[in-house]
Formats: sequence, C-alpha cells, structure tokens
Amino acid sequence: MEEIKSQLVKITFDGIEVEVEPGTTIMQAARKIAEADESQAALVPPAMCYYKPLPTSGGKCRACLVRVAQGSAKDPRPMPKLVPSCITQVQEGMVVENTTNQAVLDTRKSIVEFLLINHPLDCPICDQAGECHLQDFAFEHGSVKTRYEEDRRTFDKIDIGPHVQLHMTRCILCYRCVYTADQITDQRVHGVMNRGDASEISTYIEKAIDNDFSGNVIDVCPVGALTDKTYRFKNRVWFTKPEDAHRDCEKCCGKVTLWYRGEEVIRVTARKNTWGEVNDFICNTCRFDKKKTSDWTLEGPTKVKRSSVISANKYRADLVKKPDFALKLAATQFKNIDDSRPYVTDEDTIRHQSIENNDKANHRSLLSKNN
Amino acid sequence: MQLTNRSKQVSNKEMTLMERAYLPAIAQGLAITIKHFFAKKVTIEYPEVKRYLGPVFRGRHILKRDEQGRERCTACGLCAVACPAEAISMVAAEREKGEETLYREEKYAAVYEVNMLRCIFCGLCEEACPKQAVYLRHDEFVPVFSERDQVIWGKDLLVEDMNDRYTREAWTKEEARALDTKRANGEVTNVVPRPVP
Repeated sequence: MEEIKSQLVKITFDGIEVEVEPGTTIMQAARKIAEADESQAALVPPAMCYYKPLPTSGGKCRACLVRVAQGSAKDPRPMPKLVPSCITQVQEGMVVENTTNQAVLDTRKSIVEFLLINHPLDCPICDQAGECHLQDFAFEHGSVKTRYEEDRRTFDKIDIGPHVQLHMTRCILCYRCVYTADQITDQRVHGVMNRGDASEISTYIEKAIDNDFSGNVIDVCPVGALTDKTYRFKNRVWFTKPEDAHRDCEKCCGKVTLWYRGEEVIRVTARKNTWGEVNDFICNTCRFDKKKTSDWTLEGPTKVKRSSVISANKYRADLVKKPDFALKLAATQFKNIDDSRPYVTDEDTIRHQSIENNDKANHRSLLSKNN
Repeated sequence: MQLTNRSKQVSNKEMTLMERAYLPAIAQGLAITIKHFFAKKVTIEYPEVKRYLGPVFRGRHILKRDEQGRERCTACGLCAVACPAEAISMVAAEREKGEETLYREEKYAAVYEVNMLRCIFCGLCEEACPKQAVYLRHDEFVPVFSERDQVIWGKDLLVEDMNDRYTREAWTKEEARALDTKRANGEVTNVVPRPVP
C-alpha cells in the first residue's frame, strides 16, 4: 500500500514562497504568509464577499483578483485573465502576483469604482463607519474622485424585524448575509430577489426574521446595509471602548465583544479575527438582551490594530507604541556616541576651550551669513 | 572681530558752540515730542477697539445652517476624533417626522459641546468636517470668561443665528488662495461675502 499522505504544495506569492495543503485557495495561502510575518499583511488581497467561516462564499465582488503568472510547475503558462484568489485553488509551482503587478492594482481601483457606483457614501450617518470593509477597501485601493454622474439606485425602506435595520441602498450584494441565513439558521427566510441592477436583499414577503441567530447578519455584513437597531446612532465606533467578555449561554459559545460608552454597554458583537471574520457566531439573546456589565465576565480590552480608527484616543500601553517606520528610521540613523574625548576638570582649560568654541561658532555664523 | 555689518565708528571729538549751548537741543527734542503728539496713533485701545485680523483668523466656533436654515451637522464625530485637544463631544439623535425643516440629514447632533478651555483653535475640526458644518469664525473671539460654566459652549451658543448669518469671502483654502492670486493680479476688486459654503 502506498502511503496516503497529502503532500504540501509550494507556491510563490509576490515573490514569497509558501507551502500549503493541496486544496487551499490562493487567498488562504496569502493569509498564511501574513500570519507568519505580520509585516507582510499588506500583500493579502482584500475580500469583500469572501468569508471563511461561511463555506461556498466568495467569488462575487472581484476585489481579490490576482494574476497567476505561472499556472503550475507542469504547465507554466500564465492564466489568461485575472483570477479571484478567494476561490482559486493552488497548484504545485504556481506563481501569483498581487501587489507586484500594476494590472492587478489598476483593476482593483476600477473594482472600487464599480462597488461605489450605487453606494450612497453616507458614511457620516452610517453606523458602520470606522469598521466598514468597503471604507477600508476604497481608502486603500480607490481614487479620491468619482466619475459617476447618474442618479444612484435607491430603495424604499423595508422593516425586517425589531433588531436588524436594513439599508438596501448601502448593500453591495456580497451575499454573506444570505449564506449566514442559509447555514446558521435552519429555515430560509432571507435571500436576494430580482436580477442585475434591480437585485436586492430581502426577506420573503417582508417576513420578520425571528431566528435565534439572525443577528449574525449584522456582523458578517461588510458595509452598513445591515446594522443593529439597538445601537442605531448611539455613538461612533471610535468613541466606544471594546472589551472581550463571555457568559454561559445554552444556545451559543457566549464569547463576545462588549462596546462601552463610559460605564454603559451600548453594543454587543461577536469577536472578529484579524481578517474581520467571526469564528464563533452568537445568539440574539447575547447580542440584543444582555446589555449590562453584570451579565458578563470581563476578560480585558480587545486588541485593536493601531492603524484602526477605533484605537483613536485610547491610551493603552500597547496601543501607544511607535509606528514601525519611525523605529526603523531611528535604527538606521543610530550612532554610538563618541565619548573618546578626555574628561576635562581643570577650570582654566575649560574657560580656554569655551573661548575657542565661541570663536569657532562666530566664525561659522559669519561664514553662513556671507554665503 | 566683526560679528555683523551694522557696527558704527564712534568719535570722541569736541562739541561745537551750538551743541554746547544746550537750549537748541532741548527745543529740537520738544519739537519731536510735539510732532508725535499730533501724529496718528499706532496703538489701538484693546479691548474696547478690536482690529480686523484678516480672513484666515481662527476665532470661535460656529455650527452652520444651510440655505433653508437646517442644521448641517450630522454628528459624524470626525471633528471630535480629529481634535488634538479632545475639546469636542456630541450626542447623536435620529431625526423624527416633521423635523425635516430643522435638520438636513436623518441623524443630527442633539448635543454638541466645545470645551473652550481645551480648544487650541487649530482648525482641524473645520478641515475634518465632511458636511461643512463647523467653522471657526474669523471675526469673533471667544469672550473672556470668569466662571467655569461659561467655558463649555453648547449648541445654544454655537449654532448660527439665521438673522445674523456668518459670512465669508472664501469658504475653503483653495477658494481663498484663488481669490488671493486674483487680487494680486488686480482681476478682482471687491467680493461680496456669502453666508453659504
């Protein structure tokens, strides 16, 4: 019998070699690089629709398009078009270009423009601002100005229940909430209706979603299309303080992030990982009903990336660390102090040196004045 | 050694008869004093009189309204997060039916407070504002205060009075710069300040 053991596949991503299990997607390989070395986080393709905890998600928004310069070791031809990295599986010897390829970056800029065509850009009002993936995506990859002059798509407001607020105008049709409703809840009440430009997220016949886990659509939504009604306009994300907490819950894992304004819990969300994904979904009781500190066991402040606006005005010791480039700059310019001079204590010598130094300084200032 | 080029040779020669006579010099000195007595004063009597400080001066805050008198501020919090002194705080509220004439957007600032003791008048709030709502007036100072409760300014003091609107010649840096170059070239002589950004 031959030993059945999956051999690792070696691929090159932006010039960095990485070994992954066969069947891994390019996106996961890139994330593996970034998880091993945090300074490489910038080369991971952005994802608007792909959500690892939701199987079969991905491949819709085209934000993660990359170029495959070499299909595999056996067939070294490049793939003819840019491929979505979140659903393309790796092959032995594959060479992928992401940030190193200008065509990919240009395409990404256009994708931002497409996603923003019908987006209302009402960030000052939107509760998602500050933790919105589309905001980050547009900020990092988009252009400052829009070329779009036509009227943006608008929808009538639909009430989809007491807890979740649906703003269809902000939706980018990533289908994450549909997959959540399909996979987390056991009855399908929530889907995409109509086609093309007219497609919209809706619940069947405007039926309220009353499943115990329906609140998770708020967390998976990359934009502010689905937001928490109990948190509506309460405060901006960057003025609230996130704390990790847990409680014994018979329905879910009970591990959450509490968002504080002063002493008051104004929002409860599931915990998100580095990629903004929720691994442990939480139930509606934890999310909407338990809004007292006494309901929870606090674990400590949530780690917030320094680049995030949520870290603004929060003075935790590990958050006020100097940015990387300043430390690097300081390291390149570091010089040992030259203390080989003799240490003078004699008063006459000191006075004499002082006069000499004055002379030198005067001379220098004259020189600089004459020039 | 020569440090600057402004040094002057001094002499120690004997004085002439005219110089020694003393009285002509007194008369000369008095003449100078009397001349200045009638000359135009270079000082102003602050605080009774205040000087115009130019169009780019940053004085007290104002929360602008739009043409129809609706508040522009939507309580997005960007001014507060941009504020280096953490002087601004706000509480947002949702606009209700019938309040469309009061507030421009569906969310508004129910409370908007500036702590004038903390404020350093840097103007970053003005630059951060995406709704062109908060501005630092170029023509008004924060008045001197003597009590603690006069320090925190609420919406009662900050929101613009529609009967006495705050007007400016230029509402953005770019606009002001363009106006400056036009003035320098003599293309524009008088610009009417307008109340709406």
